[in-house]
Amino acid sequence: MRLGILDHGYGLGPKLLFQLIRLFSGHPAPDAAKITFYRPDFYGTRMKAFTQEAMRGPSAWSVGDRELMAAYVSRVNECPFCVAAHSTTAARAYQDERKVAAVLADLDSAPLPDGLRATMRMLGKLTAEGAVTAEDMRVVLSTGVSVQQIEDSLAVCFAFNTTDRLANAFGFELLSPEAFQAGAKYLLRRGYQ
Amino acid sequence: MVDDKKRTLHRALVDRVLHGEGRASPEQRSAAFTNAGLPEPLQALVDKVAAMSWKATDADVSAAKTAGSSEDEIFELVICAAVGQSTRQYEAALAALADAIGTGESG
Repeated sequence: MRLGILDHGYGLGPKLLFQLIRLFSGHPAPDAAKITFYRPDFYGTRMKAFTQEAMRGPSAWSVGDRELMAAYVSRVNECPFCVAAHSTTAARAYQDERKVAAVLADLDSAPLPDGLRATMRMLGKLTAEGAVTAEDMRVVLSTGVSVQQIEDSLAVCFAFNTTDRLANAFGFELLSPEAFQAGAKYLLRRGYQ
Repeated sequence: MVDDKKRTLHRALVDRVLHGEGRASPEQRSAAFTNAGLPEPLQALVDKVAAMSWKATDADVSAAKTAGSSEDEIFELVICAAVGQSTRQYEAALAALADAIGTGESG
């Protein structure tokens, strides 16, 4: 990473945890996990609580749907680390790699329900342009998506608009496909806390 | 609009990075959050984080260090810039949603 403190600035507890992760998973701790342990009272603790609620809290969207939104938002933000991490997690949650690949290749033609497609299109516009209109929201509502589902999707979008920026600015290191699989397995079993 | 748990957790994050203890001053953190008014080269770094983070390079970060910012200050200001831009988008979208359903407020 571009800041030495994010590679080497951890206390004994996190250092031991990172060693255990390497020992038991066979892969290094991902940078996305590591930075939440750097001065966690400044950012990590609260961001993890928000992300856990957005990605694993009660919602009419499935875990796979939310991981897919995370991957898509990350693609719009051109964040290779987060695209890989969350497309792998979405594919694992859905047990369907082709669906995830199709969404990332072309949202319009991907095999998705209308409501999820419309929601993702709105999130893509919000992420690319920084704003959406009431009319954009009406389009999503007209597909049968509830107000609460839109709010839930906006929370996913907030989490990844933030994390993508940190990944790109701090220079999160890309992992091997096997390590991203191990990370996806962890995120589905344990979540973001 | 219902003030749900996620909105509360979001506010706690924003309050902490802006107003809690930090190595960068609250003024600098607030400037990074709003993406306005930091001295160069910090402003250039923060603007990239907010507007086109994929263009951030090693040189952007090392320029901030060379100009005298510590790594902890940079850590905080980059986080504030990211949380600030994401918060503007989140709040703009919630306001658009409130408009669409006719409550006329962002909640």
